[in-house]
Amino acid sequence: MQSSRRDFLAAAASAAGAAAAGDLPARADDDPAHSHGHTHDHAHQAVPSDMALRVKSLESLLVEKGVVDRAALDALVDAYEHKIGPRNGAQVVARAWADPAYKQRLLADADKAIAELGFGGQQGEHMLVVENTPSVHNMVVCTLCSCYPWPVLGLPPVWYKSAPYRSRSVIDPRGVLREFGLELSDDVEVRVWDSTAELRYLVLPERPAGTEGLSEAELTALVTRDAMIGVAKVSPRSGGAA
Amino acid sequence: MNGVHDMGGMQDMGPLREEKNEPVFHHPWEGRVFAIYRAAGAWRKWNIDAARYSREVIPPAEYLSISYYEKWFIGLEDLLTARGLVTRAEIESGKPAVGSSKATPPLKASQIHDTEALGSSTKRNVPVAARFQAGQRVRARVINPTGHTRLPRYARGKIGTIHLDHGVYVFPDTNAHFKGESPQHVYSVRFGARELWGEQANPQDAVYLDMWDDYLEPA
Repeated sequence: MQSSRRDFLAAAASAAGAAAAGDLPARADDDPAHSHGHTHDHAHQAVPSDMALRVKSLESLLVEKGVVDRAALDALVDAYEHKIGPRNGAQVVARAWADPAYKQRLLADADKAIAELGFGGQQGEHMLVVENTPSVHNMVVCTLCSCYPWPVLGLPPVWYKSAPYRSRSVIDPRGVLREFGLELSDDVEVRVWDSTAELRYLVLPERPAGTEGLSEAELTALVTRDAMIGVAKVSPRSGGAA
Repeated sequence: MNGVHDMGGMQDMGPLREEKNEPVFHHPWEGRVFAIYRAAGAWRKWNIDAARYSREVIPPAEYLSISYYEKWFIGLEDLLTARGLVTRAEIESGKPAVGSSKATPPLKASQIHDTEALGSSTKRNVPVAARFQAGQRVRARVINPTGHTRLPRYARGKIGTIHLDHGVYVFPDTNAHFKGESPQHVYSVRFGARELWGEQANPQDAVYLDMWDDYLEPA
């Protein structure tokens, strides 16, 4: 890929010229990945001055050339905005809490057990479920990019893809957890799973005390995305997609 | 490549910021970049390892200052041009080259449900002998390839224990460069936190990495 890198650098140089001549890059102020204090008052080497326009132009070109079908793009966006998300994983967790036999199957062969609930596929072809207990706490990261189990959690949040999380989770997991408001005692073993290959990890959180009488649907509502990544516990009153 | 993407163990990258009720895509163009990447991928002109590498070669200062989908966009343009689906001139003009013929997209909207549910496994059902077994002590090799690798710097030279054998998978270091799949066993390897980080780490904590046979040697 040396030649493709040269192509890239040449393109970067021309984009930098365009950015210098035009408006400065528009920044997403709501994007925590950008919020490390520096101001964006300099022209980036290759950041397009207007991502929306650049992407629209590329999409039109690819549709016109027959490389992609526009309706397929709409369907993909719709699938990940509305169908494939952390409520899927929450159903898996709640089933495991409610049904001990299911939990055994989930821990022994996650792919099959997750498929029982109708989930699986892209970026979740090979899953491992790791169980949190009073003595073991698991958390998941991808230090090299942002690998994440799409079929059960959807696409990852910005913080999971950010440099602070990717860099520090492996060297200082307890510090990272503290920033999420989770303080673990020294005698709990912390296991960090760095997703360096094509295995994808889902944390099975501890079932909170006081939820014995809840239905599976009520349990599902308690399970948060963050608990399934392993940066939070499930509270008997928490809930929602995050 | 010892790039800035290999950030495990770096410090002072700033605080974690969690956004409440975060949308899946922050801007409509992010969703389009995601979808274009997936739909154009159906041509099978590249693979997931090549796609990762296309983002790793973004210059480091830029890599750290742009968002996730900006990286995807840069990598996508690089893949589309390097693998011949469009030319740089077409991207710059926004128009197909004069006289070029229109292709038929391989991925239709009606197929999305099935393709996403099926996935694209890189596990290979081929008989390849495992070099290691669960419970065995191993050392992550000290290698510094200039191309794509999934062996992070922080683990190189460190001693761990094979936890599980995941089976046989495509090897990213060759696959990313279209030099073959070189299928081999992938293991979950447990590294004690103190082996990786020294005395500052909690003695019972551990990091588990998934590692290919070629990343490991007996210890």
